[in-house]
Amino acid sequence: MSELSKFFNQMSTDSPHHTIDVPYLARLARLEVTPEEIEIFGPQIGRILDHVEQMNKLDITGIEPTAHAITVFDVIREDAVTESLPKKTILENAPHNANGLFVVPKVLD
Amino acid sequence: MSAFTPYQSIAATRRLLRSKEISPVELLEGLEQHIAAIDPQIGSYVGRDFETAKKEAATADLSRPLGGIPIGIKDAISVAGQPLQSASKILEGYTAPYDATAVARLRAAGAIPFGRMNMDEFAMGSSTENSAYFPTRNPWALDRIPGGSSGGSAAAVASGTALATLGSDTGGSIRQPASLCGCVGLKPTYGRVSRYGLIAFASSLDQIGPLTSTVEDSGLLLNAMAGKDAHDSTSLELPDEDFTAEIGRDLKGLRIGIPKEYFVDGMEPGVRSSVDAAIKQLVSLGAEPVEISLPHTEYAVAVYYIIATAEASANLARFDGVRYGKRSPEAKDLLSLYEKTRAEGFGREVKRRIILGTYVLSSGYYDAYYLRAQKVRTLIRRDFDQAFTKVDAIVSPTSPETAFRFGEKTDDPLKMYLADIFTIATNLAGICGLSLPCGFSNRDGEELPVGLQLLGRPFGESRLLRIGHAYEQATKWHKQRPPVLG
Repeated sequence: MSELSKFFNQMSTDSPHHTIDVPYLARLARLEVTPEEIEIFGPQIGRILDHVEQMNKLDITGIEPTAHAITVFDVIREDAVTESLPKKTILENAPHNANGLFVVPKVLD
Repeated sequence: MSAFTPYQSIAATRRLLRSKEISPVELLEGLEQHIAAIDPQIGSYVGRDFETAKKEAATADLSRPLGGIPIGIKDAISVAGQPLQSASKILEGYTAPYDATAVARLRAAGAIPFGRMNMDEFAMGSSTENSAYFPTRNPWALDRIPGGSSGGSAAAVASGTALATLGSDTGGSIRQPASLCGCVGLKPTYGRVSRYGLIAFASSLDQIGPLTSTVEDSGLLLNAMAGKDAHDSTSLELPDEDFTAEIGRDLKGLRIGIPKEYFVDGMEPGVRSSVDAAIKQLVSLGAEPVEISLPHTEYAVAVYYIIATAEASANLARFDGVRYGKRSPEAKDLLSLYEKTRAEGFGREVKRRIILGTYVLSSGYYDAYYLRAQKVRTLIRRDFDQAFTKVDAIVSPTSPETAFRFGEKTDDPLKMYLADIFTIATNLAGICGLSLPCGFSNRDGEELPVGLQLLGRPFGESRLLRIGHAYEQATKWHKQRPPVLG
């Protein structure tokens, strides 16, 4: 098999080796998931993680991580007061606002 | 007085405007009519405001570099006073309160942002099928996808309903749709164009860039947009540059690298033959071919889908139903407000990536996934550093295949991700990339555009445009028009 077709055939329909706890992760991400989504996402993400596994073939001893490809250090700006957007403009985009504030459901009993 | 002509380049339109053969308002009127005639078949636009645009056109300063030129803007890039949704339900009802810096600079150059282009939700996708609005069709074959995520931006240029558009490219989202639709797409070097006002997907990879009908036009737009911006600390202070300055020079003495990892068997035969022919053409124009190796290419998809989803899961945390967009009416307390708003507002691909990103960042997995991916990213970046000591540019296909049919990959996200194999390493390395038309491939009886990808060293856009322009002028591909549009 050619290298590229080997590459594409990494997505098998077999059960993935990786299993993940979708409801737990969804809770961490503050995302409600349906039973159907749990059923779909589990194996799909498992297969993606199976593919990702190939990174383990590489020896990365002593390699520095890259957070940004084009490195910039210590970006500073003048500490000057500038105008910000009007409060009204910002609040107009909020789903619920009153008295110049964002409104959310009661947090404390 | 002349009328609006679809597919006229910015450079040509500018001449007509300046010689008063057409007025900016007439140009907009003609464009409006063409969009009304063509776009219902394609679905490139999710919104347009010709009323405001015509007011701006009436007072356009034609002495400016882009005076009176209308530009379509991807729905992820803020245009003050216009709706902005990133093709997501979660931002329904949101109006951008300010211009993205790229848009503000286009305006300063005289351009008129008048329409918003369809895309995959939050730029997550390679087919524009993940849009919450509607799918966009490929102008060359209406049963096929236009690529993505900047699918609307590419399809509009390819169907003559926009002179030029802006897109954003996180893993190929400008270049891949440009390739599949048969237009030009430029991903600038990371840090070249400010990301301020672009709805963030993966902040260390995202970059705004132009989609145009000619290589020269992409340079004209980059001229207007590039430069340091106090609002984006990753944008870089560099000497002023005219990115079209090298255009017109020949290719003698330039070395083009052919990465062996990008030319293995398995890609669509018509893509392979078109790109092989394009390399011969570049050589006949004076470029010297050099075989190179980018040995970590096969890891790029893995690294990308860890880093991009990790960053996305953090970036998308801001969509919580409190400050903007939609809020679930079902919310009873703060937690259910978050969880239900996000459940109702995000589409399936976005949810999948948030969960994957949360997983790779979660306690106990961080080192094995995210940190490891960042280290492999270093190796990928070094591959390019190494290659660019030997060559001026790298040439490859933009995509291993031409446009696929709707629904062909929607059930298998990994299959969709692997289609980005040739474009994503560019973003991981932060370098610049250009896709331009280089032929057609027969796929299931349909003739579909093929894109040639040119990659350049960091801040090497001018050189890329020189090579791209020389190739473009020597070939007829950029003059081909989709037959379906008459």
